[in-house]
Amino acid sequence: MYPSRFRYEAPRSLSEALDLLKLYGEDAKILAGGQSLTPMIKLRFTSFEVLIDINNIPGLDYHRADSDGTLHFGALCRHSDLEHSELLHRQQPTMAAAAPLIADPIVRNRGTLVGSLCHADPQGDWASVMLALNGEIIAASAEGERVIPVSELVVGPFQNALRQGEIAVEARVPAPKGTVSGDYLKLERRVGDFATVGVAVALESSGSTVSRAGIALTGVGPQNIKATAAEQALVGNSLNSGTIDQAARLAAEAAQPKTDHRGSAEYKRHVVQTFVSRALANRQPARAA
Amino acid sequence: MAQALDEIKIGGLGSSRKRVEDDRFLRGKGNYTDDFKLTGMLHMEILRSPVAHARIKSVDTTKAWQIPGVHMVLTGEMAAQHNLAWMPTLSYDTQAVLATDKVRFQGQEIACVVADDPYIAKDGCEAIEVEYEPLPAIVNPEQALASDAPLIRDDKVGQNDNVCYRWEVGDREGTERAFAQADKISTLRLHYPRSHPSPIECCGSIADYNPATTKLTVYMTTQAPHIIRSAVALVAELPEHMIRIISPDIGGGFGNKVPVYPGYVASILCSILLGRPVKWIEDKTGNLTSTGFARDMYIEGQLALRNDGKILATRFHADTDNGAFFSDAQPSKFKIGLFHSAFGCYDIPYGYQTAQGTYTNKAPGGVAYRCSFRITEAMFFQERMIRAAAFDLGMDQAEFRRMNLVKDDDFPHRTPFGFLLDSGQYEKCLDVALDAIGYQDFLREKEEARSRGRRLGIGISTMSEPLGAGNSREYDIIGIKMFDAAELRVHPSGKAILKIGAKTQGQGHETTFAQIVTHELGIPAPDIVVEHGDTDNTPYGMGTYASRSTPTAGAATAMVSRKIRAKARKLAAHLLEVSEEDVEWELGRFYVRGAHDRGVTIQDCAMAAYSNMPDGLEPGLENNAYYDPPNLTWPFAAYIVTVEVDPETGVWDVLRMVAVDDCGVRINPMIVEGQIMGGMTEAYAMANMQFITFDADGNCVGSNYMDYLLPTAWETPGFELHEVTTASPHHPIGAKGVGECAAVGGPAAFVNAVMDAIDDTGVRNIDMPLLPDRVWEAITYKRDVSGAPPVKTD
Ligand SMILES: Cc1cc2nc3c(=O)[nH]c(=O)nc-3n(C[C@H](O)[C@H](O)[C@H](O)COP(=O)(O)OP(=O)(O)OC[C@H]3O[C@@H](n4cnc5c(N)ncnc54)[C@H](O)[C@@H]3O)c2cc1C
Repeated sequence: MYPSRFRYEAPRSLSEALDLLKLYGEDAKILAGGQSLTPMIKLRFTSFEVLIDINNIPGLDYHRADSDGTLHFGALCRHSDLEHSELLHRQQPTMAAAAPLIADPIVRNRGTLVGSLCHADPQGDWASVMLALNGEIIAASAEGERVIPVSELVVGPFQNALRQGEIAVEARVPAPKGTVSGDYLKLERRVGDFATVGVAVALESSGSTVSRAGIALTGVGPQNIKATAAEQALVGNSLNSGTIDQAARLAAEAAQPKTDHRGSAEYKRHVVQTFVSRALANRQPARAA
Repeated sequence: MAQALDEIKIGGLGSSRKRVEDDRFLRGKGNYTDDFKLTGMLHMEILRSPVAHARIKSVDTTKAWQIPGVHMVLTGEMAAQHNLAWMPTLSYDTQAVLATDKVRFQGQEIACVVADDPYIAKDGCEAIEVEYEPLPAIVNPEQALASDAPLIRDDKVGQNDNVCYRWEVGDREGTERAFAQADKISTLRLHYPRSHPSPIECCGSIADYNPATTKLTVYMTTQAPHIIRSAVALVAELPEHMIRIISPDIGGGFGNKVPVYPGYVASILCSILLGRPVKWIEDKTGNLTSTGFARDMYIEGQLALRNDGKILATRFHADTDNGAFFSDAQPSKFKIGLFHSAFGCYDIPYGYQTAQGTYTNKAPGGVAYRCSFRITEAMFFQERMIRAAAFDLGMDQAEFRRMNLVKDDDFPHRTPFGFLLDSGQYEKCLDVALDAIGYQDFLREKEEARSRGRRLGIGISTMSEPLGAGNSREYDIIGIKMFDAAELRVHPSGKAILKIGAKTQGQGHETTFAQIVTHELGIPAPDIVVEHGDTDNTPYGMGTYASRSTPTAGAATAMVSRKIRAKARKLAAHLLEVSEEDVEWELGRFYVRGAHDRGVTIQDCAMAAYSNMPDGLEPGLENNAYYDPPNLTWPFAAYIVTVEVDPETGVWDVLRMVAVDDCGVRINPMIVEGQIMGGMTEAYAMANMQFITFDADGNCVGSNYMDYLLPTAWETPGFELHEVTTASPHHPIGAKGVGECAAVGGPAAFVNAVMDAIDDTGVRNIDMPLLPDRVWEAITYKRDVSGAPPVKTD
């Protein structure tokens, strides 16, 4: 790997990192897990003056739950931490299902949830999961912190809403109300492949009635798509073959797939429909609140 | 009583001794080309074309020369001054080393930058400014043959179209007559997609021209170092004795490292011009987009059938997409390699085959990816066609095969295309496979599952392929015949060094070739070291590919061992003080006839060869042998795969995979099994995911490992291996080639299984790889699915 020349900074604290970011301005780039950035600099698709490696900042590798069920994920929480997380297996089935489907074990050992959201790859899996869960990120800068819903963070393919000088320090999933269930289904050509189609489903229900529905799609548009109409079709209803079919159809309509070497637009839309109905029918319950 | 040696214990024939190579590979102690660091060494990077077809208006290197640390910016113009802008190919065409007039495929080499380190060299490449005048890109033979197609090879005098060769073989009239008498004619058309051998180690070289001695040493990733030395001597007009090619450890070849690539030539030229060592190490994208691809063939053919299932004749035509230069790496005198070995294992009286090659704006270099020269395409078409014919006749596919397979007492068997099959027990292999998979039970299970909406399928592939090029009559490279050689030196202490002309790339030669010596001489395998890959230190050989090493260099190893044994017998007679006629041999030992206890070991003879030789006998115990095989070897294989297809997504899963291989006598059964599993993995890859396609502009889709998919351990199915052994009648130890059987015969088993799972749809063909979207389209629309480029995009 022979990237263009750049300066390498390895700050030891968040404030040092924010100072460096301020100092170098638009010439600086943040390195988290490096699993998206490194391939791009290797292929010389991107170049910059300064690389700010945040991996030496202590205290960012956490993920934890508040007593109300709010989930917090630090900027250095790796995919593999989530894959092996007892917490997610207990409380968050959509995330637990998605984690082992991201990339391959080697990439999962380095790549981060927050980095994946910042990278805004339309084929990234976490953004769909977070859209389905109404997730948000906390952006920190020398000036302070602000909260950005993931639905506003991703503004286009590989474009995020972070401002110059900001680091995403945490991702959050709001506390659920009612019974949690969900799933993540992904069509990949082999392990380590990005999604041809990915579908995140996250439900909250009381009794047999769905109180909140999150459905989001990966790989079938210029960015991850929140299938709002499909979600609405479920809220206030119970799940049966009629409501499942309807939600699946609406989700397929929300998809904006393109024909490419992974398949025709028609095929991808069909898989969205199949996956949404399978995910709704076979969704996993949270084991405990 | 003298105890007889246990051949298995000392690592002889049939011993699954562990691979001696693995110690260094697993501990990171191997030495690959990129591991060598020479004093004063510079680094070369290649600037490649981003477009598939364009006239080059200008190449401005000014800025690159200005970068500190850049020593050389080599362009096509400069190479032309040394007569090296173009080079000959192995298929008697020419190929650009560095483009001067046009670029003809995406990834083509345009210029090289040599610098202090590879970073600077890459910066230098980025600083070169090339002006292109775009031309329409051609990505398949149909486009190439269109009347208004742009002429790709306008550099060639007398070339007025995009055809690079035409070829026919067989008995046309006899075949036509047989077809006229057929009850039924079965037809199939398919595309075997372009694939890439994709060794994990990419290509590379370190050229080290010493201006004082005028000797050129090249460390390089080549499967055929000797032939490279001769080629360099002929192309670069350097004296052959002043060229030394060293092929160190190789991280996989699969045919990709047979040809001569522009990078090798450029690094040599730069080293000569600069008088310093120049290292070139290709990156993955360079390897996937510019070096020898495989396959990319459109095949249409027919079988003439009698209602009872007997095949009367076959005829088929192939259109090959050869890319921008006809540089197929194949040494046969047949333009399309051994493609006419198709249908060899079936007793078919008549056959006729035609082929036509086309230039396209794609990378050149049809290599034999884990096969002998277009055999993979031949066997794939054969087995897809056989299944289609059985289906058309309404016959059971296993019974249809059984009826037509060459019978055991029919060997040697002459095929209608002139090949001579050496030996086999084809029906037995088929039976072992059917038994192992539980054929009848599965057919019942399939019916039962179908009634519940599930789609199961079973696919069979049976084939015999010609392995082990040559003989010298029909096979040569640039005129040099396809023999191979071995040299054996037994040291005074009875330890030995074997030097061979073949070159391992993971096949385990250092392990198995010692075992052949052990079998012949009784020297324990750990006492024998195998040397290869250095042209100054090994006898001439044509290299390793086409499963040829055991059939040729392995045979030479047996023959040289026998020469050593003959001399050792003289020494034994001397030591035992009897005449040579009274000396008997058993493994590792000579003894006096009738007095078994009076004997000397091969080690005793070795010591005597240096310390106590009889008058008149030359000292020393070493010799060499050159082996020209009388025929190819013909292993046979029966592969059966069962699958389940998800009709809603088109995803299919392998349920079971049974492989029965008859590769003759197995030298090291563990290594043979490893070869079969590796080949099967590649077969699965080709059937399921692995291909290189192009969009309408000639952009390569599959230029990195995100898009060029190699299966991992995760999705690769488990394999159940069985064996049948029919010795090759003409090989000294009865061995046949095996390295490629599974990769050659395997793909059809997977595809036939999926076709079987959708046998109610009327679909005759889905092109490989059977991607989920293709399978879904076939099931949903009940239509054949073509995989030919250009790939469709919105
Ligand atoms: C072989 C391979 C397969 C893959 N397969 C998948 C897959 O199937 N599904 C999937 O979702 N992903 C996949 N990925 C991508 C992987 O998940 C990455 O880890 C992830 O997209 C980026 O996270 P990272 O921590 O590695 O970010 P980096 O690569 O370090 O950074 C990515 C981008 O985000 C910015 N960034 C990172 N962290 C922050 C931060 N805290 N604040 C502000 N900006 C930041 C960086 O500046 C950069 O622009 C794959 C990657 C590889 C190499």
